[in-house]
Amino acid sequence: MFAYIVRRLFLMLITLFGISVIIFVLLRVVPGNIVDILFAAAGYVDPADKANLERELGLNQPIVVQYLSWIGGLLHGDLGYSYVSEKPALDEILPRIPITARLAGLALLFSASIGIPLGVISAVHQGSRLDYALRVVSLSGLSLPSFWLGLLILMASVSMFGTMPIFNPNPKTWFEAFTIYAVPAAAVGFRSAALTMRITRSSMLEILRQDYIRTARAKGASEASVNYHHALKNAVLPVITVIGIEAAFLIGGLIVTETVFNIPGIARFLVEALRWRDYPIVQNLVMFIAVVVVVMNFIVDMLYAAIDPRIRFGD
Amino acid sequence: MRSVQALAVAVLFVLAISDVSYAAGEPKSGGIFRIYHRDSPGSASIHEGATYSLNVPFMPIFNNLVIFDQHIAQNSVSTIRPELAESWAWSGDNKTLTFKLRKDVKWHDGKPFTAADVKCTFDMLMGKSQQKFRQNPRKSWYDQVDEVTTNGDYEAAFKLKRPQPALLSLLASGYTPVYPCHVSPAEMRTKPVGTGPFKFVEFKANESIKLAKNPDYFKKGLPYLDGIEFTIITNRSTAILGFVSGKFDMTFPTEVSIPLLKDVKAQAPNAVCVVEPNNVSTNIIVNSTSPPFDNADIRRALALSLDRKAFIQIMFEGQGDIGGTMEPAPQGLWAMPKEMLESIPGYGPNIEQNREEARKLMQKAGYGPDKHLQLKVSTRNIAVYRDPAIILIDQLKSIYIDAELDVVDTAQWFPKVARKDYSLGLNLTGNAVDDPDQSFYENYACGSERNYTNYCNKDIEKLFDKQSEETDVEKRKKLVWEIDKKLQEDVARPIIFHARTGTCWAPYVKNITVMSNSSYNGYRYEDVWLDK
Repeated sequence: MFAYIVRRLFLMLITLFGISVIIFVLLRVVPGNIVDILFAAAGYVDPADKANLERELGLNQPIVVQYLSWIGGLLHGDLGYSYVSEKPALDEILPRIPITARLAGLALLFSASIGIPLGVISAVHQGSRLDYALRVVSLSGLSLPSFWLGLLILMASVSMFGTMPIFNPNPKTWFEAFTIYAVPAAAVGFRSAALTMRITRSSMLEILRQDYIRTARAKGASEASVNYHHALKNAVLPVITVIGIEAAFLIGGLIVTETVFNIPGIARFLVEALRWRDYPIVQNLVMFIAVVVVVMNFIVDMLYAAIDPRIRFGD
Repeated sequence: MRSVQALAVAVLFVLAISDVSYAAGEPKSGGIFRIYHRDSPGSASIHEGATYSLNVPFMPIFNNLVIFDQHIAQNSVSTIRPELAESWAWSGDNKTLTFKLRKDVKWHDGKPFTAADVKCTFDMLMGKSQQKFRQNPRKSWYDQVDEVTTNGDYEAAFKLKRPQPALLSLLASGYTPVYPCHVSPAEMRTKPVGTGPFKFVEFKANESIKLAKNPDYFKKGLPYLDGIEFTIITNRSTAILGFVSGKFDMTFPTEVSIPLLKDVKAQAPNAVCVVEPNNVSTNIIVNSTSPPFDNADIRRALALSLDRKAFIQIMFEGQGDIGGTMEPAPQGLWAMPKEMLESIPGYGPNIEQNREEARKLMQKAGYGPDKHLQLKVSTRNIAVYRDPAIILIDQLKSIYIDAELDVVDTAQWFPKVARKDYSLGLNLTGNAVDDPDQSFYENYACGSERNYTNYCNKDIEKLFDKQSEETDVEKRKKLVWEIDKKLQEDVARPIIFHARTGTCWAPYVKNITVMSNSSYNGYRYEDVWLDK
């Protein structure tokens, strides 16, 4: 197990290095930089002013020098300065992380707490009206774009309650504090819950047909014990994998949800930074997301090994 | 008994009077004015930007020497009021403009405002000081200013190379605040210091901009508001829903489109909504340096093909205006008379006849029903640019032109235009001041940085100078009409239409005036109050 962990950690470092190069190069391949955008916003281009600004921001240096300067800073905890706000990138990024983390955590919680039980119910009652109804719900979840669902929720809130759960940094009541995160989390987590439900259902159906399940029933075990103790424990492995992957994909879903609900998290900030070609923000944020994804994958693999002994012994 | 009745009547009368004065709008102090902002401005420095996304949130921090009256919708020389200046005077030869400055003004950091700050600001704008702006988009506004001089701490004078009556209007724009000498341009981009009614509190990119009341404002008793908060919401649907649900007291100024205005009125029937022209023209930039538009006949055919009313009908449900470079009347001060406008090729009311003439010109150039001209219409990837570009493509079909939409990322738009990598482009031009000097020199003068098409006509340029020097308004108007007509006939930058847009606010918001011939000048908000 120790060797397995060490090997995975080494692979993580290699992956992160590769990602840093890809992020850096891809950003420079995209046409235009912050200076182009600033002059576009000002409606004119003055070559002398442009050259001065490029020099001031270090954009005139060779790309390798720029990369080494970024990585060198990163290793020393210096993320550079945002080109747009002219504030330290760390000061811009750090306050936004807890906001997105709360939202993503709630969305994942929503996904698992709704998706797994409904998936089990759907599998256990296969072919029943309840199963069909739940399958329609899960298909809807997979089909509805989260931004559309988010806008519908906002419109319904305004129409029915005369207010709407968009972000407020200083909520007046705990209920407001809860809704400003819970409602967008439900909007973005609905798709994820639907996927979890479908994976749980199909995995459960496969397990419920196994001989040891029949044996458990023959031994007189209760339905609840068979379903939740014997079947779900084994069916949950692929579900954990999917939830891990979903956690990584969640950032993509959060971009639109944060925009629709006006939540100042890192996902929306990333899009705005990309629009301005604010390299220090984009590079560091994507790197941060990459670290989260790589660590999440690592945790999922560890969980896998913890739940299924065959994985760690096979290794 | 009679005396009791008389007393009761008197009391009722007094109550009625007090109620009337209250209903008539006795301003109340306090409250935070909440507005949503359409996007996150690149910085907080008005002098370094060229978008009203900057003026709206940051204009309340500053003062100008003079300013357009904030409660008269049509900006003109006659509506200019003193602000940091107590008075101004032109010299006999109209070449020196002298301002007597207020002595009771302090910057938000407590330092006194003096004439040195005026000199500093305009020296920087003219590129004459050691401190430089990172960007200086309105440097050309001060081309005729030879120098700014001071006489003691409370007098500043602009010495001109030649008379330029428009200078006073340029100084009254929301784009012309006075900056403090002791604060660097870099600091002004992140933590601006002004003398205005509100102090800068914080600017969180993509999140919010907060301003707080300046208790030491030199206009005693103002501002009424405790502060202004701008919440940055880039999603227009969310922003409008926020206004409808009461989370905001006002929409972002001039940002509600005509179709969207109906939704707002339907969902918030008590909202006060105003539709005004914003002095932004939608126009075509033509690359006349290479084929096919190096051919004057094809340029003329292009101008003749336009059905301007159709654009306005489709995009604004009829609420737009047709005109030349200058904003159309009645809101525009310098618009050509209707008869003169309609005499320009392509402006006549008979569209089919115009297009018939255009087709003949195209046939003369070698195109026809069997041989269409293929080209791309380039434009920025923003809805207000894309939508008219699509209508333009449709209209060009009527004169044997098959055009394809070429959507260009904002970062690439100006570099692409600068290297002449386009045939036709669809462009928007906003005018900060309804004055020909701002519009003509900026967009059509030889060598101007914003003259994207590099249109250069020395004869017209002489007329630019002639009208610029003219102090008689009526004579100047006639010169301006002549120039505007010539610019349209030359297909320098064919104007398609002038847009109108809406602004809505809650009924308890008082003292808001939306300017009708510029969307850059009306956001001081010093006497706005909330009747809550």
